[in-house]
Amino acid sequence: MKYIRAFKDKSARQIMLGIAFFSLLLLLVIGVSLLLKALPIMKEKSLWALLSSGNWKPFKGEFGFLPYIISTLYVSLIAIIIALPLSLLSGIYLCTYASKTISRIFEPVIDLLSGIPPVIYGVWGTLTIVPLIANKIAPRYVEFSSGFSVLAGGLVLAIMILPLLISILLEVFRSLPKEITDASLSLGATKWQTVKKVMLRKSFPGIIAATVLSVSRAFGETIAVLMVCGNIPIIPHSLFDACYPLPALIANNYGEMLSMPNYESALMFGAFLLFIIIVIFNAISRLTLNQIEKRFSL
Amino acid sequence: MINTKRQEEIFFKILMIISICVIMSILLFIIGTVLYKGLPALDWDMVSKLPGGGFYLGKEGGVLNAIIGSLYLISGSVVISLTLSVPLVLFINFYLPKKSVFASIIRFSFDILFGVPSIVYGAFGFALMIFLGMRASLLGGIIAVALLIMPIMVRSFDEVTRLLPRDLPDALLSLGATKYEMSKVILRQLMPGLVTAILLAVGRGIGDAATVLFTAGYTDNLPNALNHPAATLPLSIFFQLGSPVEEVQNRAYASAVILTVIILILSFSARYFSSKYSKNKI
Repeated sequence: MKYIRAFKDKSARQIMLGIAFFSLLLLLVIGVSLLLKALPIMKEKSLWALLSSGNWKPFKGEFGFLPYIISTLYVSLIAIIIALPLSLLSGIYLCTYASKTISRIFEPVIDLLSGIPPVIYGVWGTLTIVPLIANKIAPRYVEFSSGFSVLAGGLVLAIMILPLLISILLEVFRSLPKEITDASLSLGATKWQTVKKVMLRKSFPGIIAATVLSVSRAFGETIAVLMVCGNIPIIPHSLFDACYPLPALIANNYGEMLSMPNYESALMFGAFLLFIIIVIFNAISRLTLNQIEKRFSL
Repeated sequence: MINTKRQEEIFFKILMIISICVIMSILLFIIGTVLYKGLPALDWDMVSKLPGGGFYLGKEGGVLNAIIGSLYLISGSVVISLTLSVPLVLFINFYLPKKSVFASIIRFSFDILFGVPSIVYGAFGFALMIFLGMRASLLGGIIAVALLIMPIMVRSFDEVTRLLPRDLPDALLSLGATKYEMSKVILRQLMPGLVTAILLAVGRGIGDAATVLFTAGYTDNLPNALNHPAATLPLSIFFQLGSPVEEVQNRAYASAVILTVIILILSFSARYFSSKYSKNKI
């Protein structure tokens, strides 16, 4: 009986250890297998040629990722410009001014926003944002825009990264020791002065980390962006031009890529690029956030 | 001087309240738009019938294939990711020493996996399937979605597990239980937290389109084997919306209502369980 119990315990430990190692390897396995798939195209063309050329003609064997990279950056930039002030203001409000009732109402709102699937955001975007841009906003600035544009993608993405941004910002603000803000308030500073001179300054690294995390979330968003961006492989010159972010490119071409070996490899190169950038961004910002947590919890 | 100080404070306070209101109204606006467009097209046939002949030209039928496909897919992936996540979380919390470097490396790697976008999981799943010689199938979709939801499950289950008072495991161990027996008792104690984690993961997995786009394929029939392709709700919305026929587009909105309702139910029950849990916290 005793041996059976010990045996069970030991084998459970071994299995758990195995799972732990497997999960550690997962990240590596994903990276390596995407890289292996991307190798054929990387052998044929230099990394620089792939990244800096704007020519995308799969049938002639030309794969330039520049339009897609620019589109992704442009859309994500718009998204963070819209989302950051909104989330900073509401995060500060929830941490300092808000009554319990308001927080209790607001929390489920954030949960629901983060729970809504990308495809629903896409549907909503095509129903509201796209016509709004095509009929109301764009005619004031340019002659014609279909509405499927950088701005539409940026707006939809902004809403999609709001929940992540706000919840990390709240975590950052709440990890600040109460003594600092109390000290500032007791010296006669108003609440807003405390926010401006103490809270924001002290949590600056955290805010940067939260921003980087949200930007990398925006980089990888696929379906919603695919539905509102227009998907034309050119370098967008204005907010109202259509664009074609990298994830949308991968998602749109999965069916036809099998017929041409280089095409598949090129798309996998896109996925690898996305993966590596997002992993680096995530690693840096998570390390920063962990450090903040450790420093203040001591 | 005092006056400008006050004015600044009031100005920013108003801005804050506005941004809170904007965020809340965006949520209402999104749900409102989907319901407004979708409800008129929603009828019993939508949820009870398979797509009939000419469904994509506006003839009759429903999206039962996608609903059932999504359910199959998510249950399979929940089973897979549960069998991996639960032992993993118990291991890093109770088997490894408290300030273990190994545990923090694992936590860190799941933080990063959490940030990896679903399209990358989809591409990886696709590469894996080609390597194994599989076609787009239910099994492929299950594996890809399991990878997608595992970080969500691990992170949220780990969060609850870390909050568990250490007295309970200590008491169990001092009574002579092995760590394995201890884990079984603790798991029961952690059940509400685990349910919340599962509901969160299901919510994310059932709504994701980019992972299943490559891996699960699409079909008008019910999937009746693991190696058959399976339709999913998000893809069904996506494909129907791409149709030029107005009736089909309306059905996309109706399908969006179905998906939104599923998500709302999941989200509210997750909240219910987690609030129940925090009330029982020792």
